[in-house]
Amino acid sequence: MARTDVQLMLDVKAGDEASFELLLHRYRTPLVNFLYRMVRNREQAEDLAQDVFLRVYRAREDYVPSAKFTTWLFRIATNLALNSVRDNRYQKLEVSIDAPANLDAEAGDERPLDIPEKHPNIEQHLVEDARKKMIRHAIDKLPEKQRVAVLLHKYQELDYAEIAKILSCSESALKSLLFRAYESLRVELAPLVAQQDKQ
Amino acid sequence: MSCEKMESRILGYLDGRLKESERLDVEKHLSACAPCHLRVEEFRAVSGLLDELPVIEPSPEFDARVHALVAAEPVKQNWWAWLRVSPRVAFAASMLLLATVWLGFYQQQPTSPLPWSNPVVADEQMMQDLPVLEDHDVLSNFEPLKELPPPVQAEEISDTQQQM
Repeated sequence: MARTDVQLMLDVKAGDEASFELLLHRYRTPLVNFLYRMVRNREQAEDLAQDVFLRVYRAREDYVPSAKFTTWLFRIATNLALNSVRDNRYQKLEVSIDAPANLDAEAGDERPLDIPEKHPNIEQHLVEDARKKMIRHAIDKLPEKQRVAVLLHKYQELDYAEIAKILSCSESALKSLLFRAYESLRVELAPLVAQQDKQ
Repeated sequence: MSCEKMESRILGYLDGRLKESERLDVEKHLSACAPCHLRVEEFRAVSGLLDELPVIEPSPEFDARVHALVAAEPVKQNWWAWLRVSPRVAFAASMLLLATVWLGFYQQQPTSPLPWSNPVVADEQMMQDLPVLEDHDVLSNFEPLKELPPPVQAEEISDTQQQM
């Protein structure tokens, strides 16, 4: 039977390096994806994910299983991501206005390697690419807290209590936050929603 | 149920996270409220669109980088671990500690105070010696004894014997 996250973390605390390896294996992909959707830069997302694991390792001796491991893990990740987003925004303000805007510089990161086989029709591929771009931009346009809430709710499938703890708010405030986020997404993605209705 | 209350339940309904009674309440409301029904359908469509974003895999070097960061961390060892590593040093340190404690204890042993250092004790001692002092005083001032010739010294006796 697989050990729970808390059990693994307690084993890491006791000096078992192999348990840390298991946690790394279990959470590297969800963490990198969460951070990538926050910072929109693959390299930066990986650096931040590595930093999260390092902080987990450093905190092993003081670890107390007072909450779910994922709550703790994604709280660290959220704080790092929000700091990074704010730093990036500050740096972007300093960039010359002559610099060409390239909002989709990292879009290629998500492109599967076998696109030509999956999409023999180049036009269909372009349409799908545009859809993804639109979805990404809709998420990016959300205020920080709403974006974190949507990502943790939709992609990490954390429960409301966990997300509320991560964002330091009440469960009812979180539900309201998520509702507003989905409302914004509904408006932004209205053309795509309408297309789906036609199909 | 009001449309306002639907706001806090609509996502739970779509996720299937509502209790049975809550789910029935929502469905009852949706069957009678066209705007909320439309909103649920649109939220469902948005959720489906979010599923379209692909998952990315960490680069092959990711684990190696984490291992390198962890390996670069300074090793924290507690005192017991340090003692386990060097038992000879631990033995020497414990002997030194023992000697220090013993010497400290030995030096702190209370010494008997001199009688005159404490005025009360000195007075008591003087009271005990008072009869002897009185006898000395009486003898030194005893008139008949003063009339006696001074005691003859041993050298004088030997001189007298030689003259004889």
